[in-house]
Amino acid sequence: MCLAIPALVHELLPDGMAKVGLDGVLKEISTALVPNVAVGDYVVVHVGYALTRIDAAEAERTLALLAEAGAHA
Amino acid sequence: MKHVDEYRNGALARSIAATIAREADPARLYRFMEFCGGHTHAISRYGLEDLLPENVRLIHGPGCPVCVLPVGRIDEAIGLARHPKVTLCTYADLMRVPASGGSSLIRAKAEGCDVRMVYSTLDALRIAEAEPDREVVFLAIGFETTTPPTALAIRAAEARGLANFSVFSNHVLTPSAIRAILEAPKTGRLPPVALEGFIGPAHVSVVIGWKPYEVFATEFGQRIVVSGFEPLDVMQSVLMLVRQVNEGRTEVENQYVRAVVPEGNRAAIELVDEIFELRDAFEWRGLGSIPHSALKLREKYARFDAERRFTIPPSAAKDNPACECGLILTGAKLPADCRLFGTVCSPETPMGSCMVSSEGACAAHWTYGRFRDRARRAATTRGGAA
Ligand code: SF4
Repeated sequence: MCLAIPALVHELLPDGMAKVGLDGVLKEISTALVPNVAVGDYVVVHVGYALTRIDAAEAERTLALLAEAGAHA
Repeated sequence: MKHVDEYRNGALARSIAATIAREADPARLYRFMEFCGGHTHAISRYGLEDLLPENVRLIHGPGCPVCVLPVGRIDEAIGLARHPKVTLCTYADLMRVPASGGSSLIRAKAEGCDVRMVYSTLDALRIAEAEPDREVVFLAIGFETTTPPTALAIRAAEARGLANFSVFSNHVLTPSAIRAILEAPKTGRLPPVALEGFIGPAHVSVVIGWKPYEVFATEFGQRIVVSGFEPLDVMQSVLMLVRQVNEGRTEVENQYVRAVVPEGNRAAIELVDEIFELRDAFEWRGLGSIPHSALKLREKYARFDAERRFTIPPSAAKDNPACECGLILTGAKLPADCRLFGTVCSPETPMGSCMVSSEGACAAHWTYGRFRDRARRAATTRGGAA
């Protein structure tokens, strides 16, 4: 129930709604909680609402840290 | 899928585990509570405990909203559903939670009550719009992550002039539960559990940020790493906690930097604050009554508050005394310690809430870990965790 998953924004719809890809299907969600969502953004979706945008640069940094944490093993 | 698959790399998980094993001091115990049931689920599903050295232990906490809802609230929800005009909408997880007298929402539905599963509050709003003769009540549960969607639904109902929509609020607060656990040695109201740190739920912090946890570092000398839910996120968070212990630091750190900022989602916080206020106290399964640990609708939104709109027969029902969910939710016991586990109680015939939700510790152990030696070994060493 608490699941929140990253989803790619495919299309912006009227009334603060958007079409996102979730598990290979397009789903309509509300973006009312995240200002200025754009097509191509990844948002974290929970019970039909986007909660935040994923920061691609920070994600890259996390992946680099993970590689580092697993190095010299 | 992007932002998911790259955090599920098994080889890298094992390499990070090797780093943890190298850095963890064999003379020390590292006991970290994963607060959230979502983490419990991920840890069981990916067998993360098995990757960790023996002295780095993960202990599940109360962060499963279905699990902590006391049986009385389910009884009250069923009471609401029995009103002939009421259509009770709820998230699927709640349908099979045992109420008192062998009842549940799914039974109530079979008996003719109008109970409907929804994926989102948006669905509940749609039902209210399409069926103006029905009194649509949304049975709202969840931690801070799930509250803004409920708040937005109330806002939308107000904007659209929907007079037949209301909310039965059971929204609860993460920091209050962490405080109850940390204060256990002082209050004596919970079995004290010795911990070196917490793995904090990222999705809660997406909304509230990580600032609200700073008090646990300063006041209680605790460590919290706000962590994502993918296996590599959890492994990195464990490494960060191990390093804090080794270096004598007690801090709040953020592993989920790709979506969590210190102050959280401002718009969501303001919206929730506009519509909800703190309850004086709220009853949690396993944790008892915790002051200021849940939200109710403000007076201004009374017309959307099911507790004010309907007379709900109060229930003083107690949980099944043989069910150990209470002690499991506070980290004092493991599912395998419950004598009903896997015998009388299974996901098909759940005796307690921890077996219903996939985020419940019992369900996670049943599905992924029930034959693991590790769980049995830990059960013997962890029994007297104080
Ligand atoms: S196994 Fe069943 S009865 Fe035992 S604690 Fe878990 S949910 Fe409760």
